[in-house]
Amino acid sequence: MADLDRIRWHCRRGLLELDIILDRFNRQHLAILAPDQLEQFKELLELDDNHLLDLILERESLAEARLQPMLQMLKAA
Amino acid sequence: MSIAKRQFDAVVVGAGGSGLRAALQLSESNLKVAVLSKVFPTRSHTVAAQGGVAASLGNDGEDNWHWHMFDTVKGSDYLGDQDAIEFMCRKANEAVYELEHFGMPFDRTPDGRIYQRPFGGQTRNYGEGPVKRSCAAADRTGHAMLHTLYQRNVRAHTQFFVEWMALDLIRDQSGDVLGVVAMEMETGEVMILQAKATLLATGGAGRIYSASTNAFINTGDGLGMAARAGIPLEDMEFWQFHPTGVAGAGVLITEGVRGEGGFLLNKNGERFMERYAPTVKDLASRDVVSRAMATEIKEGRGAGKDGEYILLKLDHLGADVIDKRLPGIREIAMKFANVDCTKDPIPVVPTCHYQMGGVPTNIHGQVYTLDNGAEKVVRGLYAAGECSCVSVHGANRLGTNSLLDLLVFGKSAAEQVVRDIAGDKAHKDLPKDATDRPLGRLARLDGATSGESVAEVGAEMRRTMQLHCGVFRFPDSLAEGVRKMLAVAERVKRTFTKDKSKVFNTARIEALELDNLVETAVSSMISATARQESRGAHDRSDFPNRDDVNWMKHTFWSKDGNRLEYKAVKLKPLTVETFQPKARVY
Repeated sequence: MADLDRIRWHCRRGLLELDIILDRFNRQHLAILAPDQLEQFKELLELDDNHLLDLILERESLAEARLQPMLQMLKAA
Repeated sequence: MSIAKRQFDAVVVGAGGSGLRAALQLSESNLKVAVLSKVFPTRSHTVAAQGGVAASLGNDGEDNWHWHMFDTVKGSDYLGDQDAIEFMCRKANEAVYELEHFGMPFDRTPDGRIYQRPFGGQTRNYGEGPVKRSCAAADRTGHAMLHTLYQRNVRAHTQFFVEWMALDLIRDQSGDVLGVVAMEMETGEVMILQAKATLLATGGAGRIYSASTNAFINTGDGLGMAARAGIPLEDMEFWQFHPTGVAGAGVLITEGVRGEGGFLLNKNGERFMERYAPTVKDLASRDVVSRAMATEIKEGRGAGKDGEYILLKLDHLGADVIDKRLPGIREIAMKFANVDCTKDPIPVVPTCHYQMGGVPTNIHGQVYTLDNGAEKVVRGLYAAGECSCVSVHGANRLGTNSLLDLLVFGKSAAEQVVRDIAGDKAHKDLPKDATDRPLGRLARLDGATSGESVAEVGAEMRRTMQLHCGVFRFPDSLAEGVRKMLAVAERVKRTFTKDKSKVFNTARIEALELDNLVETAVSSMISATARQESRGAHDRSDFPNRDDVNWMKHTFWSKDGNRLEYKAVKLKPLTVETFQPKARVY
């Protein structure tokens, strides 16, 4: 629970675009993510704002295949 | 209850561009510096700045600081203080070269100098034509600036308190500021950060509007703290609107879309900008386009179910041009407007973008109050960047001047801190009531078993600003807005959160942020209602013209009794002749 609260705060970003997308994602998915998904989400949240937004808007592609499924969920949010 | 206390020479609240620039100067002067930030520093809202930083380097065509000064004075619609504007424009080159020296990856010319590009409102020879004055790092200038300054701060051993929220200033009987009371989000622990100097660098409060380009963190925390500590807020009626925010989301659609040939339509499919600005049409300045859009919506020609937005058409450019010249726009339109912009127009509205007003400071970043109309410096308190009002932007900011503002005045404020505390061996004693206000706020929230929903009251505040204090301002509507906002402020005193936990309790943080937002909103509503003229971003239907005889003065709102005072604009620059007010036409 405390972990989810921490993640929720880490979704506060410098870019409004990310605030909105992450807020949508959290409402849809955060409470029901599996532990490994949660770890992947946390890894994506470690990225710089502009890099993360570029990945979501497909201006860049993600090198690590491992994080692809989570990125796809974010893109769909 | 005993509260931990730590002592520093200086505490900087906020770790965006201005906070980091100030902190770097302080640390490199060998002061013991703490920087508080709600989020990791490189996730501050400065990261969203794309346009660049203005400096008359003259790397591609002649330029000089006096031309830049003229543009800024005129852009401010003659509300900017000309001493501060001269100061900023003269310091611009140094500020940019310093950043370059720190490792900022500016775009380069083929021969290795800093590449410069034109930007709206920046001209050569006092308005003759566009000048190349903006120094950028691709469209990532703010991002590159934050990273550069953060790295330098780490090297200079600045101490960061990341995910800490400052709650209130500590101000003693004689009015001196002695630090802040802050809360660590991870634990909910409250601590006193005692300091010889406290520097506010908390950014703007654009989240007071429903339609806002600002990130969620922009809640005017420094403004709220200042207001509660008895410090006035200056020129809060002036908010810059960007013409093309996605309706319902706020996300910016870059001006580049219109630059590449996109244009605005009303519900009848009319390209209405031809009526408002026959020569430059959709490329007129931000305030002109925003006003035209607001007029179309007000007169019933808006598109959408309730006629609430304008259409930005770009499908005629073709998918190839859109993908090549406007990367990411397709995805943004799809994600935030659910529109395929290669086929359909994007719904847009004028959207709150930048706060021109703020905590009043002089050119040395010293915060002041008014004492019978004269500036009286608050010992120990400084401010820089969007949260401050020095005032270089006056009634309207020019693009690329915000990054310059935060660099120049972040450094200037820090230099003043260094001078001011040079002789202070010891910290001044804290007053007995140092923690009363913030602890009282927390105790009220923690003890409340029922009350108002933070989300609902916040939404009402944003709706009220949007409806009553937007691009156009009408006398009856402003008066009603004041009544509604005072009611909102009463409701904010009774907010309630179900979750009483202390660990990363976002609901609790949002309640504390709303305390700050509402001070900003009340000050804006009341200041706007009182200003009986139209100037820059403040546009009154009942007073459509600028009134230099009666209103060439700054507004100062105080929380105590919602009192208003005024102070004349400083027309006298530091060394050059005054730029006399003229009609602002481009």
